[in-house]
Amino acid sequence: MLLSGLLEAARLLLTGDQDTWSTIALTLRVSLTATVVALLLGVPVGTALALGRFPGRRVLLAAANTGMGLPPVVVGLFVTVLLWRSGPLGEFGLLYTPTAMVVAQMLIATPVVAALAAAALQQVDPDFLLQMRALGATRVRALRALLAEARLPLLAVALAGFGAVVSEVGAAQMVGGNIQGETRVLTTAAVLATSRGQFALAIAFGLVLLAIAFAVNLLVTLAQQREARSSVP
Amino acid sequence: MRHSIPALVLAAVLLLVGCGSNADPAPPAAGPSAEKSLILATTTSTQDSGLLDELLPQFTRDSGWQVKTLAVGSGQAIELGRRGEADVLLVHSPAAEQAFVAEGTAGQRRLVMHNDFVLVGPANDPAKVRGLDSTRAVAQIASAQALFVSRGDDSGTDAREKDLWKQAGITPAGSWYQATGQGMGATLRVASEKAGYTLSDRATYLAQRGTLQLEVLSQGDARLLNVYHVIEMTTKAGDRVQVDGAKAFADWIVSPSAQQQIGRFGQAEFGQPLFTPDAGKAEAGLGP
Repeated sequence: MLLSGLLEAARLLLTGDQDTWSTIALTLRVSLTATVVALLLGVPVGTALALGRFPGRRVLLAAANTGMGLPPVVVGLFVTVLLWRSGPLGEFGLLYTPTAMVVAQMLIATPVVAALAAAALQQVDPDFLLQMRALGATRVRALRALLAEARLPLLAVALAGFGAVVSEVGAAQMVGGNIQGETRVLTTAAVLATSRGQFALAIAFGLVLLAIAFAVNLLVTLAQQREARSSVP
Repeated sequence: MRHSIPALVLAAVLLLVGCGSNADPAPPAAGPSAEKSLILATTTSTQDSGLLDELLPQFTRDSGWQVKTLAVGSGQAIELGRRGEADVLLVHSPAAEQAFVAEGTAGQRRLVMHNDFVLVGPANDPAKVRGLDSTRAVAQIASAQALFVSRGDDSGTDAREKDLWKQAGITPAGSWYQATGQGMGATLRVASEKAGYTLSDRATYLAQRGTLQLEVLSQGDARLLNVYHVIEMTTKAGDRVQVDGAKAFADWIVSPSAQQQIGRFGQAEFGQPLFTPDAGKAEAGLGP
Protein backbone atom coordinates (compact mmCIF):
# COMPACT_ATOMS: atom_id res chain seq x y z
CA MET A 1 0.00 0.00 0.00
CA LEU A 2 2.85 2.34 0.84
CA LEU A 3 4.56 1.47 -2.39
CA SER A 4 1.45 2.13 -4.46
CA GLY A 5 1.12 5.42 -2.62
CA LEU A 6 4.69 6.29 -3.51
CA LEU A 7 4.13 5.41 -7.15
CA GLU A 8 0.90 7.41 -7.21
CA ALA A 9 2.69 10.40 -5.70
CA ALA A 10 5.42 10.20 -8.34
CA ARG A 11 2.84 9.87 -11.10
CA LEU A 12 0.82 12.86 -9.91
CA LEU A 13 3.86 15.09 -9.58
CA LEU A 14 5.61 14.11 -12.79
CA THR A 15 2.58 14.21 -15.06
CA GLY A 16 1.89 17.74 -13.83
CA ASP A 17 -1.60 16.80 -12.63
CA GLN A 18 -3.19 20.20 -12.26
CA ASP A 19 -5.40 19.35 -9.29
CA THR A 20 -2.42 18.08 -7.34
CA TRP A 21 -0.19 21.02 -8.16
CA SER A 22 -2.86 23.57 -7.34
CA THR A 23 -3.46 21.75 -4.05
CA ILE A 24 0.27 21.91 -3.31
CA ALA A 25 0.38 25.61 -4.22
CA LEU A 26 -2.57 26.39 -1.97
CA THR A 27 -1.08 24.40 0.92
CA LEU A 28 2.11 26.43 0.68
CA ARG A 29 0.35 29.78 0.23
CA VAL A 30 -1.91 29.28 3.22
CA SER A 31 0.60 27.78 5.63
CA LEU A 32 3.53 30.03 4.71
CA THR A 33 1.38 33.16 4.97
CA ALA A 34 -0.01 32.03 8.30
CA THR A 35 3.50 31.30 9.57
CA VAL A 36 4.82 34.70 8.49
CA VAL A 37 1.94 36.51 10.18
CA ALA A 38 2.38 34.36 13.27
CA LEU A 39 6.07 35.35 13.35
CA LEU A 40 5.22 39.03 13.00
CA LEU A 41 2.81 38.75 15.91
CA GLY A 42 4.44 36.05 17.98
CA VAL A 43 8.07 37.19 18.07
CA PRO A 44 7.28 40.61 19.58
CA VAL A 45 4.95 38.94 22.09
CA GLY A 46 7.59 36.35 22.88
CA THR A 47 10.19 39.06 23.31
CA ALA A 48 7.95 40.94 25.70
CA LEU A 49 7.29 37.77 27.64
CA ALA A 50 10.98 36.91 27.82
CA LEU A 51 12.36 40.30 28.68
CA GLY A 52 9.51 42.28 30.13
CA ARG A 53 8.93 42.72 33.81
CA PHE A 54 5.25 43.35 34.28
CA PRO A 55 2.55 41.93 36.53
CA GLY A 56 0.99 38.78 35.14
CA ARG A 57 3.97 38.02 32.91
CA ARG A 58 4.33 34.51 34.15
CA VAL A 59 0.62 33.85 33.81
CA LEU A 60 0.77 35.07 30.21
CA LEU A 61 3.79 32.91 29.56
CA ALA A 62 1.88 29.90 30.89
CA ALA A 63 -1.05 30.87 28.68
CA ALA A 64 1.21 31.01 25.63
CA ASN A 65 2.63 27.61 26.48
CA THR A 66 -0.88 26.26 26.87
CA GLY A 67 -1.76 27.79 23.53
CA MET A 68 0.72 25.43 21.92
CA GLY A 69 -1.70 22.64 22.71
CA LEU A 70 -4.74 24.35 21.18
CA PRO A 71 -6.71 21.76 19.22
CA PRO A 72 -6.94 22.97 15.60
CA VAL A 73 -10.55 21.80 15.40
CA VAL A 74 -11.50 24.09 18.27
CA VAL A 75 -9.74 27.03 16.62
CA GLY A 76 -11.57 26.16 13.39
CA LEU A 77 -14.90 26.16 15.17
CA PHE A 78 -14.16 29.49 16.82
CA VAL A 79 -13.17 31.12 13.52
CA THR A 80 -16.23 29.62 11.79
CA VAL A 81 -18.56 31.19 14.34
CA LEU A 82 -16.84 34.55 13.79
CA LEU A 83 -16.91 34.40 10.02
CA TRP A 84 -20.16 32.74 9.09
CA ARG A 85 -22.95 34.84 7.67
CA SER A 86 -24.76 35.39 10.93
CA GLY A 87 -21.51 36.01 12.78
CA PRO A 88 -19.92 39.34 13.73
CA LEU A 89 -17.64 39.33 10.68
CA GLY A 90 -20.14 37.70 8.33
CA GLU A 91 -20.45 40.66 5.98
CA PHE A 92 -16.99 40.00 4.56
CA GLY A 93 -17.99 36.63 3.17
CA LEU A 94 -14.71 35.11 4.29
CA LEU A 95 -15.87 31.66 5.32
CA TYR A 96 -14.77 28.88 2.99
CA THR A 97 -11.99 30.98 1.49
CA PRO A 98 -8.20 30.65 1.76
CA THR A 99 -8.19 33.87 3.81
CA ALA A 100 -10.24 32.18 6.53
CA MET A 101 -7.76 29.31 6.52
CA VAL A 102 -4.85 31.70 6.92
CA VAL A 103 -6.63 33.36 9.85
CA ALA A 104 -7.30 30.05 11.57
CA GLN A 105 -3.78 28.73 11.00
CA MET A 106 -2.31 32.03 12.18
CA LEU A 107 -4.27 31.65 15.43
CA ILE A 108 -2.87 28.15 15.83
CA ALA A 109 0.73 29.15 15.07
CA THR A 110 1.01 32.40 17.04
CA PRO A 111 0.99 30.85 20.54
CA VAL A 112 3.56 28.31 19.32
CA VAL A 113 5.81 31.08 18.02
CA ALA A 114 5.32 33.31 21.06
CA ALA A 115 6.04 30.59 23.60
CA LEU A 116 9.05 29.19 21.75
CA ALA A 117 10.44 32.65 20.94
CA ALA A 118 10.24 33.52 24.62
CA ALA A 119 12.13 30.33 25.43
CA ALA A 120 14.71 31.03 22.70
CA LEU A 121 15.34 34.55 23.94
CA GLN A 122 15.64 33.43 27.52
CA GLN A 123 18.48 31.18 26.39
CA VAL A 124 20.58 34.16 25.43
CA ASP A 125 23.06 35.23 28.06
CA PRO A 126 21.07 37.54 30.37
CA ASP A 127 23.99 39.89 30.54
CA PHE A 128 23.86 40.42 26.79
CA LEU A 129 21.25 43.14 26.97
CA LEU A 130 23.09 44.79 29.83
CA GLN A 131 26.27 44.79 27.79
CA MET A 132 24.51 46.35 24.83
CA ARG A 133 23.03 49.06 26.97
CA ALA A 134 26.37 49.63 28.67
CA LEU A 135 27.96 50.10 25.27
CA GLY A 136 25.50 52.87 24.60
CA ALA A 137 22.90 51.11 22.47
CA THR A 138 19.35 52.42 22.54
CA ARG A 139 16.65 50.00 23.63
CA VAL A 140 15.64 49.41 20.03
CA ARG A 141 19.16 48.68 18.83
CA ALA A 142 19.79 46.45 21.83
CA LEU A 143 16.64 44.50 21.04
CA ARG A 144 17.64 44.12 17.42
CA ALA A 145 21.06 42.87 18.49
CA LEU A 146 19.37 40.40 20.83
CA LEU A 147 17.14 39.05 18.10
CA ALA A 148 20.13 38.76 15.78
CA GLU A 149 22.01 36.91 18.49
CA ALA A 150 19.14 34.46 18.83
CA ARG A 151 18.49 34.15 15.11
CA LEU A 152 19.38 30.47 14.92
CA PRO A 153 16.92 29.35 17.57
CA LEU A 154 14.39 31.78 16.09
CA LEU A 155 14.65 30.06 12.73
CA ALA A 156 13.79 26.84 14.53
CA VAL A 157 10.80 28.62 16.07
CA ALA A 158 9.64 29.60 12.59
CA LEU A 159 9.95 25.99 11.43
CA ALA A 160 7.99 24.79 14.45
CA GLY A 161 5.21 27.23 13.63
CA PHE A 162 5.15 26.13 10.00
CA GLY A 163 5.15 22.47 10.95
CA ALA A 164 2.23 22.99 13.30
CA VAL A 165 0.00 24.49 10.62
CA VAL A 166 0.98 22.69 7.44
CA SER A 167 0.08 19.37 9.04
CA GLU A 168 -3.21 20.28 10.64
CA VAL A 169 -6.53 19.26 9.11
CA GLY A 170 -9.26 20.17 11.60
CA ALA A 171 -9.20 23.93 11.14
CA ALA A 172 -8.53 23.76 7.39
CA GLN A 173 -11.52 21.46 6.92
CA MET A 174 -13.87 23.51 9.03
CA VAL A 175 -13.14 27.05 7.84
CA GLY A 176 -12.09 26.08 4.34
CA GLY A 177 -14.71 23.49 3.51
CA ASN A 178 -12.29 21.46 1.38
CA ILE A 179 -13.65 22.96 -1.81
CA GLN A 180 -12.02 21.65 -4.93
CA GLY A 181 -9.79 24.21 -6.63
CA GLU A 182 -10.34 26.78 -3.89
CA THR A 183 -9.69 25.58 -0.37
CA ARG A 184 -8.50 22.01 -0.77
CA VAL A 185 -5.09 21.52 0.79
CA LEU A 186 -3.01 18.36 1.02
CA THR A 187 -4.32 17.34 4.44
CA THR A 188 -8.01 17.78 3.64
CA ALA A 189 -7.51 16.17 0.23
CA ALA A 190 -5.98 13.15 1.94
CA VAL A 191 -8.97 12.83 4.28
CA LEU A 192 -11.39 13.05 1.37
CA ALA A 193 -9.50 10.45 -0.63
CA THR A 194 -9.55 8.15 2.40
CA SER A 195 -13.29 8.54 2.85
CA ARG A 196 -13.73 7.54 -0.79
CA GLY A 197 -11.58 4.46 -0.37
CA GLN A 198 -8.83 5.85 -2.62
CA PHE A 199 -6.06 4.81 -0.29
CA ALA A 200 -3.13 5.05 -2.70
CA LEU A 201 -4.14 8.61 -3.50
CA ALA A 202 -4.47 9.49 0.19
CA ILE A 203 -1.03 8.10 0.93
CA ALA A 204 0.33 9.95 -2.10
CA PHE A 205 -0.97 13.24 -0.68
CA GLY A 206 0.56 12.39 2.66
CA LEU A 207 3.93 11.68 1.07
CA VAL A 208 3.82 14.89 -0.95
CA LEU A 209 3.07 16.82 2.23
CA LEU A 210 6.03 15.22 3.98
CA ALA A 211 8.23 16.05 1.00
CA ILE A 212 7.18 19.68 1.09
CA ALA A 213 7.62 19.99 4.83
CA PHE A 214 11.05 18.40 4.43
CA ALA A 215 11.99 20.76 1.59
CA VAL A 216 11.02 23.84 3.58
CA ASN A 217 12.84 22.59 6.64
CA LEU A 218 15.90 21.68 4.60
CA LEU A 219 16.09 25.10 2.99
CA VAL A 220 15.84 26.93 6.27
CA THR A 221 18.12 24.51 8.11
CA LEU A 222 20.82 24.86 5.45
CA ALA A 223 20.61 28.62 5.82
CA GLN A 224 20.67 28.23 9.58
CA GLN A 225 23.69 25.93 9.63
CA ARG A 226 25.58 28.09 7.20
CA GLU A 227 24.98 31.01 9.55
CA ALA A 228 26.14 28.86 12.43
CA ARG A 229 29.38 28.03 10.72
CA SER A 230 30.05 31.58 9.59
CA SER A 231 29.41 32.94 13.04
CA VAL A 232 31.85 30.62 14.78
CA PRO A 233 34.90 32.74 15.57
CA MET B 1 27.23 35.91 2.34
CA ARG B 2 25.19 36.79 5.40
CA HIS B 3 22.84 38.94 3.39
CA SER B 4 22.37 36.44 0.59
CA ILE B 5 20.92 33.71 2.79
CA PRO B 6 17.69 35.35 3.83
CA ALA B 7 17.43 36.58 0.26
CA LEU B 8 17.87 33.04 -0.99
CA VAL B 9 15.17 31.70 1.29
CA LEU B 10 12.85 34.53 0.37
CA ALA B 11 13.46 34.03 -3.34
CA ALA B 12 12.76 30.31 -3.05
CA VAL B 13 9.54 30.92 -1.19
CA LEU B 14 8.35 33.54 -3.65
CA LEU B 15 9.20 31.25 -6.54
CA LEU B 16 7.19 28.37 -5.08
CA VAL B 17 4.24 30.54 -4.23
CA GLY B 18 4.39 32.33 -7.54
CA CYS B 19 4.59 29.06 -9.50
CA GLY B 20 1.66 27.81 -7.55
CA SER B 21 -0.50 30.76 -8.51
CA ASN B 22 0.18 30.15 -12.19
CA ALA B 23 -0.63 26.48 -11.86
CA ASP B 24 -4.05 27.30 -10.42
CA PRO B 25 -7.01 26.76 -12.68
CA ALA B 26 -8.84 30.01 -13.54
CA PRO B 27 -9.42 31.62 -10.16
CA PRO B 28 -12.90 32.69 -9.07
CA ALA B 29 -13.93 36.18 -10.15
CA ALA B 30 -11.83 38.86 -8.56
CA GLY B 31 -13.34 40.58 -5.59
CA PRO B 32 -14.95 39.27 -2.41
CA SER B 33 -15.78 35.60 -2.49
CA ALA B 34 -19.47 36.37 -2.09
CA GLU B 35 -19.58 37.53 -5.70
CA LYS B 36 -21.31 34.95 -7.93
CA SER B 37 -20.49 32.22 -5.49
CA LEU B 38 -23.09 30.13 -3.72
CA ILE B 39 -22.98 27.59 -0.95
CA LEU B 40 -24.49 24.16 -1.58
CA ALA B 41 -25.03 22.00 1.48
CA THR B 42 -25.43 18.39 0.55
CA THR B 43 -25.01 14.81 1.65
CA THR B 44 -21.83 12.82 1.79
CA SER B 45 -23.33 10.34 -0.66
CA THR B 46 -23.49 12.84 -3.52
CA GLN B 47 -19.87 13.70 -2.91
CA ASP B 48 -18.43 10.29 -2.03
CA SER B 49 -20.02 8.74 -5.11
CA GLY B 50 -18.36 11.36 -7.31
CA LEU B 51 -21.62 12.71 -8.78
CA LEU B 52 -21.00 16.33 -7.82
CA ASP B 53 -17.46 16.28 -9.20
CA GLU B 54 -19.04 15.61 -12.56
CA LEU B 55 -22.08 17.87 -12.38
CA LEU B 56 -20.78 21.04 -10.78
CA PRO B 57 -18.17 22.10 -13.35
CA GLN B 58 -20.91 21.93 -15.99
CA PHE B 59 -23.19 24.07 -13.82
CA THR B 60 -20.45 26.67 -13.39
CA ARG B 61 -19.86 26.73 -17.13
CA ASP B 62 -23.55 27.09 -17.86
CA SER B 63 -24.45 29.67 -15.24
CA GLY B 64 -21.28 31.43 -14.17
CA TRP B 65 -21.93 30.62 -10.52
CA GLN B 66 -19.10 29.14 -8.49
CA VAL B 67 -20.34 26.49 -6.08
CA LYS B 68 -18.89 25.91 -2.65
CA THR B 69 -19.94 22.42 -1.70
CA LEU B 70 -20.28 21.41 1.90
CA ALA B 71 -20.82 17.66 2.06
CA VAL B 72 -22.01 17.24 5.59
CA GLY B 73 -25.00 14.93 5.80
CA SER B 74 -28.65 15.89 5.41
CA GLY B 75 -29.23 16.75 9.07
CA GLN B 76 -26.36 19.20 9.20
CA ALA B 77 -27.20 20.52 5.72
CA ILE B 78 -30.73 21.34 6.86
CA GLU B 79 -29.34 23.05 9.95
CA LEU B 80 -27.03 25.16 7.77
CA GLY B 81 -30.01 26.09 5.63
CA ARG B 82 -32.04 26.99 8.69
CA ARG B 83 -29.31 29.38 9.78
CA GLY B 84 -28.97 30.93 6.36
CA GLU B 85 -25.40 29.67 6.10
CA ALA B 86 -26.19 27.74 2.93
CA ASP B 87 -28.06 28.92 -0.15
CA VAL B 88 -29.35 25.66 -1.55
CA LEU B 89 -29.64 22.11 -0.21
CA LEU B 90 -29.44 18.80 -2.04
CA VAL B 91 -30.52 16.25 0.54
CA HIS B 92 -32.24 12.89 0.99
CA SER B 93 -34.07 12.91 4.29
CA PRO B 94 -37.71 13.43 3.22
CA ALA B 95 -39.35 13.49 6.66
CA ALA B 96 -36.84 15.98 8.03
CA GLU B 97 -37.09 18.03 4.84
CA GLN B 98 -40.85 18.27 5.05
CA ALA B 99 -40.66 19.35 8.68
CA PHE B 100 -38.06 21.92 7.70
CA VAL B 101 -40.11 23.35 4.85
CA ALA B 102 -43.07 23.62 7.22
CA GLU B 103 -40.96 25.92 9.39
CA GLY B 104 -41.29 28.56 6.70
CA THR B 105 -37.75 29.72 5.97
CA ALA B 106 -37.20 27.52 2.95
CA GLY B 107 -38.34 28.17 -0.59
CA GLN B 108 -39.15 25.68 -3.29
CA ARG B 109 -38.45 21.99 -2.78
CA ARG B 110 -38.19 19.88 -5.91
CA LEU B 111 -37.58 16.23 -6.66
CA VAL B 112 -34.26 15.62 -8.37
CA MET B 113 -33.39 11.93 -8.51
CA HIS B 114 -33.52 8.67 -6.65
CA ASN B 115 -31.62 5.53 -6.10
CA ASP B 116 -31.95 3.02 -3.34
CA PHE B 117 -30.43 1.99 -0.09
CA VAL B 118 -28.93 -1.42 0.31
CA LEU B 119 -28.32 -3.45 3.45
CA VAL B 120 -24.77 -4.73 3.21
CA GLY B 121 -22.83 -7.12 5.37
CA PRO B 122 -20.11 -9.77 5.45
CA ALA B 123 -20.28 -12.52 2.88
CA ASN B 124 -20.74 -15.22 5.51
CA ASP B 125 -23.87 -13.40 6.76
CA PRO B 126 -23.91 -14.49 10.43
CA ALA B 127 -27.48 -13.23 11.01
CA LYS B 128 -28.78 -15.01 7.89
CA VAL B 129 -30.53 -12.02 6.37
CA ARG B 130 -29.70 -12.63 2.72
CA GLY B 131 -32.78 -12.15 0.54
CA LEU B 132 -35.04 -10.95 3.34
CA ASP B 133 -36.86 -7.63 3.11
CA SER B 134 -35.34 -4.78 5.08
CA THR B 135 -37.68 -4.91 8.08
CA ARG B 136 -37.25 -8.65 8.62
CA ALA B 137 -33.51 -8.29 8.03
CA VAL B 138 -32.93 -5.72 10.76
CA ALA B 139 -35.17 -7.66 13.14
CA GLN B 140 -33.02 -10.72 12.57
CA ILE B 141 -29.80 -8.73 13.04
CA ALA B 142 -31.12 -7.48 16.37
CA SER B 143 -32.17 -10.90 17.61
CA ALA B 144 -28.85 -12.41 16.53
CA GLN B 145 -27.08 -9.42 18.09
CA ALA B 146 -24.88 -9.31 15.02
CA LEU B 147 -22.64 -6.28 14.68
CA PHE B 148 -24.45 -3.37 13.03
CA VAL B 149 -22.56 -0.18 12.17
CA SER B 150 -24.72 2.94 12.12
CA ARG B 151 -23.98 6.40 10.71
CA GLY B 152 -25.32 7.99 13.89
CA ASP B 153 -24.96 11.48 12.40
CA ASP B 154 -28.50 12.64 11.61
CA SER B 155 -27.88 12.16 7.89
CA GLY B 156 -30.53 11.02 5.43
CA THR B 157 -29.12 7.50 5.53
CA ASP B 158 -29.11 7.58 9.31
CA ALA B 159 -32.73 8.75 9.38
CA ARG B 160 -33.76 5.89 7.10
CA GLU B 161 -31.88 3.37 9.19
CA LYS B 162 -33.60 4.60 12.37
CA ASP B 163 -36.87 4.31 10.50
CA LEU B 164 -36.19 0.67 9.64
CA TRP B 165 -35.66 -0.19 13.29
CA LYS B 166 -38.86 1.63 14.15
CA GLN B 167 -40.78 -0.34 11.53
CA ALA B 168 -39.44 -3.54 13.03
CA GLY B 169 -40.48 -2.36 16.46
CA ILE B 170 -36.93 -2.49 17.80
CA THR B 171 -34.84 0.01 19.74
CA PRO B 172 -31.27 -0.93 18.89
CA ALA B 173 -28.96 -0.80 21.88
CA GLY B 174 -26.03 -2.78 23.12
CA SER B 175 -22.46 -3.43 22.13
CA TRP B 176 -23.55 -4.94 18.79
CA TYR B 177 -24.96 -1.57 17.65
CA GLN B 178 -22.13 0.88 17.01
CA ALA B 179 -22.35 4.42 15.64
CA THR B 180 -19.45 6.03 13.80
CA GLY B 181 -20.82 9.56 13.51
CA GLN B 182 -19.10 9.78 10.14
CA GLY B 183 -19.96 9.90 6.45
CA MET B 184 -20.98 6.95 4.30
CA GLY B 185 -17.54 6.14 3.00
CA ALA B 186 -15.98 6.02 6.44
CA THR B 187 -18.91 4.03 7.88
CA LEU B 188 -18.68 1.44 5.10
CA ARG B 189 -14.99 1.01 5.81
CA VAL B 190 -15.63 0.49 9.51
CA ALA B 191 -18.34 -2.07 8.74
CA SER B 192 -16.02 -3.81 6.30
CA GLU B 193 -13.11 -3.99 8.73
CA LYS B 194 -15.27 -5.19 11.61
CA ALA B 195 -17.36 -7.58 9.44
CA GLY B 196 -20.58 -5.86 10.44
CA TYR B 197 -23.84 -4.94 8.72
CA THR B 198 -24.70 -1.42 7.67
CA LEU B 199 -27.17 0.51 5.56
CA SER B 200 -25.70 2.35 2.62
CA ASP B 201 -26.92 4.20 -0.44
CA ARG B 202 -26.18 2.11 -3.50
CA ALA B 203 -24.03 4.77 -5.19
CA THR B 204 -21.46 5.10 -2.41
CA TYR B 205 -21.35 1.33 -1.94
CA LEU B 206 -20.71 0.70 -5.62
CA ALA B 207 -18.11 3.44 -5.79
CA GLN B 208 -16.13 1.80 -2.98
CA ARG B 209 -16.98 -1.85 -3.53
CA GLY B 210 -13.46 -2.66 -4.69
CA THR B 211 -11.97 -1.89 -1.29
CA LEU B 212 -14.74 -3.36 0.84
CA GLN B 213 -15.41 -6.88 2.06
CA LEU B 214 -19.17 -6.36 2.10
CA GLU B 215 -21.96 -7.73 -0.06
CA VAL B 216 -25.48 -6.57 -0.74
CA LEU B 217 -27.71 -8.81 1.35
CA SER B 218 -31.06 -7.05 1.23
CA GLN B 219 -32.36 -4.72 -1.46
CA GLY B 220 -35.30 -3.68 -3.54
CA ASP B 221 -38.21 -3.24 -1.17
CA ALA B 222 -40.17 -0.03 -1.01
CA ARG B 223 -38.73 1.02 2.33
CA LEU B 224 -35.28 1.24 0.77
CA LEU B 225 -36.20 3.90 -1.78
CA ASN B 226 -33.77 6.83 -1.53
CA VAL B 227 -35.12 10.10 -2.88
CA TYR B 228 -33.14 13.33 -3.33
CA HIS B 229 -34.65 16.79 -3.33
CA VAL B 230 -33.23 20.24 -3.97
CA ILE B 231 -34.38 22.94 -1.56
CA GLU B 232 -33.81 26.62 -2.24
CA MET B 233 -33.30 28.87 0.76
CA THR B 234 -34.82 32.33 1.12
CA THR B 235 -33.73 35.48 2.89
CA LYS B 236 -36.11 34.56 5.70
CA ALA B 237 -33.34 32.29 6.92
CA GLY B 238 -30.67 35.00 6.77
CA ASP B 239 -29.98 38.31 5.07
CA ARG B 240 -27.03 37.03 3.09
CA VAL B 241 -28.72 34.10 1.41
CA GLN B 242 -28.01 34.18 -2.32
CA VAL B 243 -31.51 33.61 -3.61
CA ASP B 244 -30.49 34.05 -7.27
CA GLY B 245 -27.75 31.49 -6.97
CA ALA B 246 -30.05 29.05 -5.22
CA LYS B 247 -32.65 29.40 -7.96
CA ALA B 248 -29.99 29.06 -10.66
CA PHE B 249 -28.73 25.81 -9.16
CA ALA B 250 -32.16 24.34 -8.47
CA ASP B 251 -33.42 25.25 -11.95
CA TRP B 252 -30.31 23.78 -13.50
CA ILE B 253 -30.31 20.47 -11.68
CA VAL B 254 -33.88 19.69 -12.74
CA SER B 255 -33.22 20.80 -16.31
CA PRO B 256 -33.10 18.16 -19.06
CA SER B 257 -29.35 18.45 -19.65
CA ALA B 258 -28.43 17.94 -16.00
CA GLN B 259 -30.97 15.16 -15.64
CA GLN B 260 -29.44 13.39 -18.61
CA GLN B 261 -26.00 13.70 -17.06
CA ILE B 262 -27.33 12.26 -13.81
CA GLY B 263 -28.89 9.37 -15.68
CA ARG B 264 -25.58 8.54 -17.35
CA PHE B 265 -23.41 8.86 -14.25
CA GLY B 266 -21.68 5.66 -13.30
CA GLN B 267 -22.77 3.75 -16.39
CA ALA B 268 -19.28 3.45 -17.81
CA GLU B 269 -17.60 2.55 -14.56
CA PHE B 270 -20.18 0.31 -12.92
CA GLY B 271 -22.30 -0.90 -15.82
CA GLN B 272 -25.36 0.64 -14.22
CA PRO B 273 -26.34 4.23 -13.57
CA LEU B 274 -25.96 5.15 -9.92
CA PHE B 275 -28.92 7.54 -9.83
CA THR B 276 -32.24 7.69 -11.67
CA PRO B 277 -33.27 11.23 -12.71
CA ASP B 278 -36.78 12.13 -11.60
CA ALA B 279 -37.38 15.83 -12.05
CA GLY B 280 -40.99 16.68 -12.65
CA LYS B 281 -42.37 13.29 -11.72
CA ALA B 282 -44.99 12.63 -9.10
CA GLU B 283 -43.35 11.22 -6.01
CA ALA B 284 -45.97 8.59 -5.36
CA GLY B 285 -45.10 6.95 -8.64
CA LEU B 286 -41.46 6.35 -7.84
CA GLY B 287 -40.40 2.77 -7.59
CA PRO B 288 -37.13 1.14 -6.60
